Amino acid sequence: MSNVESALRPALITGDKTMHQITEDICRPIEGKANKYWWMAFSVSCAALLWWIICVSYTVGTGLGVWGLNKTVGWAWDITNFVWWVGIGHAGTLISAILLLFRQKWRLSINRSAEAMTIFAVICAASFIVAHMGRPWVAYWPLPLANQFGSLWVNFNSPLVWDVFAISTYFSVSLVFWYSGLLPDFAVIRDRAKTKSMKFWYTLLSFGWSGTAKNWQRFEEMSLVLAGLSTPLVLSVHSVVSMDFATSIIPGWHTTIFPPYFVAGAIFSGFAMVQTLLIIVRKVLGMEDYITMYHIDMMNRIIVVTGSIVGVAYITEFFIAWYSGVEYESYAFINRATGPYWWAYWSMMTCNVISPQLFWSAKLRRNLTFTFFMSIIVNIGMWFERFVIIVTSLHRDYVPSSWAMFSPTWVEMGIFIGSLGLFFVPFLLFTRFFPVIAMSELKTIFHSSTSQVKKQQAESKKGDLVNG
Amino acid sequence: MKNIQVETTNATYVFSGRSKMICFILMAIGIISIIAQFATHYEQAWANILHANFFFMGMALCAAFFVAVQYVARAGWSANIMRIPEAMMTWLYVAMPVMIIILIAGGHHIYHWMHDGITDKANPHYDSIIAGKSPYLNMPFFYLRLIAYTAIWCWGAYMLRKLSIAEDTEGGNSNYFKATKVATFFVILFAVTSSTAAWDIIMSIDVHWYSTMFGWYTFAGMFITALTGMAMWIVYLKSKGHLEEVTEHHLHDVGKFMFAFSIFWTYLWFAQYLLQWYSNIPEEVVYFRTRLDYYRWPLWIAVFLNFVFPFLILMTRDAKRKFFILVFGGTIILIGHWLDNFNMIIPGVLSNNHSFHWHIGLYEIGTTLGFLGGFLYMVHSKLASAVLIRKNHPMTVESMHHAI
Repeated sequence: MSNVESALRPALITGDKTMHQITEDICRPIEGKANKYWWMAFSVSCAALLWWIICVSYTVGTGLGVWGLNKTVGWAWDITNFVWWVGIGHAGTLISAILLLFRQKWRLSINRSAEAMTIFAVICAASFIVAHMGRPWVAYWPLPLANQFGSLWVNFNSPLVWDVFAISTYFSVSLVFWYSGLLPDFAVIRDRAKTKSMKFWYTLLSFGWSGTAKNWQRFEEMSLVLAGLSTPLVLSVHSVVSMDFATSIIPGWHTTIFPPYFVAGAIFSGFAMVQTLLIIVRKVLGMEDYITMYHIDMMNRIIVVTGSIVGVAYITEFFIAWYSGVEYESYAFINRATGPYWWAYWSMMTCNVISPQLFWSAKLRRNLTFTFFMSIIVNIGMWFERFVIIVTSLHRDYVPSSWAMFSPTWVEMGIFIGSLGLFFVPFLLFTRFFPVIAMSELKTIFHSSTSQVKKQQAESKKGDLVNG
Repeated sequence: MKNIQVETTNATYVFSGRSKMICFILMAIGIISIIAQFATHYEQAWANILHANFFFMGMALCAAFFVAVQYVARAGWSANIMRIPEAMMTWLYVAMPVMIIILIAGGHHIYHWMHDGITDKANPHYDSIIAGKSPYLNMPFFYLRLIAYTAIWCWGAYMLRKLSIAEDTEGGNSNYFKATKVATFFVILFAVTSSTAAWDIIMSIDVHWYSTMFGWYTFAGMFITALTGMAMWIVYLKSKGHLEEVTEHHLHDVGKFMFAFSIFWTYLWFAQYLLQWYSNIPEEVVYFRTRLDYYRWPLWIAVFLNFVFPFLILMTRDAKRKFFILVFGGTIILIGHWLDNFNMIIPGVLSNNHSFHWHIGLYEIGTTLGFLGGFLYMVHSKLASAVLIRKNHPMTVESMHHAI
């Protein structure tokens, strides 16, 4: 990548940092002690995780009857939460793979934590699949180990089986991508370690990274190969998730736009979650010079674009449901918007389509409080989207005598709230023990995008030609 | 803040007499094919003209989309190749009026829902499904929408080109920022109109059928043709000794786009096919059933040319940097998407006339060559009317140093 940059581009590292200061700033949370805010957050998360363990154990021990599911609504919060978490898990790989291919330099300050978020979110998603199986001790049945079970071979025609493949592939590639990116940074911490135990652990974690030219060359090559592999995965995972619904013949589920529309929605929700997390992280860990308002602005732009794509998809679905002339299709959508679940539908519409349009205003995109508020709104909206798709399409069956409503029990609600603990416990540990910013990679833009380079550029008589 | 003035070599393009001659010959072939088709009362005639016009309209429209996205995304690498899509998008000024003429003059031969009395209960040809769609599919509203598309798309192309040329002489960044605003509005309007236009012009041919994916699927195909067209124009201009500042690195990036969007198109094609095949709902599956029964060769050859072929030959880094591969591969991709458009348009028109006897022969190819001649003429003359590398573009410095 060239170091020459247009004068239009703002600095990505502010505060006139030197290389050494960058290392210091990013290693500080790992080398120092946690502050009281971290401990407070960690205690609350641990309590939530404990609650998750209790609720899941109760479900497994007693049976799925402790949930609010009924004959008509056989999938509700379980799959809603599964899709919600998988969706959140999309931003990390989008940032690390697709934005790498597009050579977006601003990804460098946010990719590490977004990838960590991806991994923990996919774990949360998988937990809902296992929990809703009813008999989690046979959770290995969807794997094609069929020769061990006599004639019982998994049904390869089932999108549920495709899902197992899609998500496990996505998880493994994301994990490898994330971990390999961490190697040079672990080595930095290893080399700076002052205590024996830190030296020991970071030596183990850094896989003998020595920072030679050969190391870096292999690192770059591997990043590109992994980016190439993950790019189709970003699209395929949520496409396959959408096919869990779209291959059926249930009105409201069967629609061909689902795969790309789910992908757009996933990126939308993923970026909202990245915003929620990073706005807190930059404040608590003092990373304002690395995660600048420009970074937040760029993420807000992605949110407004993907939110609008989702909006186009909502309108398309609604229009084609009418256009098709199929009365069941039309009814499914009219029922969504005006039936007993109208509040869920309009929450979704307001949170996902209408309110993100405010981000067309540059002023609001660069407002921290507003961005934080919006990121929560989008997370809520995307949860409602899945709830609307799943429950409103099911609850009024073809036969009116089977019409039913769904209400969750405390157990389901507990598992959902608890899953936030399952997510935040590892994420908080990550912020303490792993460098939250990919410092070695970040230094590759040191000569093109720091505030001192930008000052030089402004003063230079040659206009925007710097380091040419 | 002052931008670099680029001293470009060979930046003036001259539309040579020989090139003009070629364009006129192609147009003549087109006119003869069109006249011959009508003279022989050929049932595919109107559909062929629609097919050819839609193909180049899509290419021009997505060239405008490409230009707009470069502004909105603050792209730097592409600054030196912008004049090419900026020339391609001006074909919209011709393609859209021609589209309106085709659909006014030939609409009845293309769209079953335009037939007289089809929404009239008393009429023996009454069709309740079409009657249900008539609040949307009726002639006044249909033509009104076409006029709206024409206005929006031509406005976008006109403004983006005007601001780009003004920047050459005026300098500064104000035109760039103005163009960014125009581009943002254009992208928003494009997001809606590209889908609705695909429903109107193409999906309503198979009037009983519906697919929510259709708009995005049509867009994916159009976008590849625009990217491929750009790659081929770069190669052509470079082979004539122009565009020295555009290097193999730029070509590599355009090649990557061709590769990536070929896969994206396949993804949408496959998802649409899979979901309708899987659910096997009669109203939906009839669309692919017709094509599998009567259009098997065009269907599978299109998938092969649009997916397997670009996937294999554009895979490597070196391939995306070679003139020959880009031109050869590009030709195949263009043929593939032309064939895909054939599959989207012709089966519906013919089955509306209770026929499955399709042809791809001199009439079809001749019509397309005619539109190709017009398109090439427009692009040649627009390339000749402004310097080939934009002066004063704030991103020029990045494009000059682009290395991957």
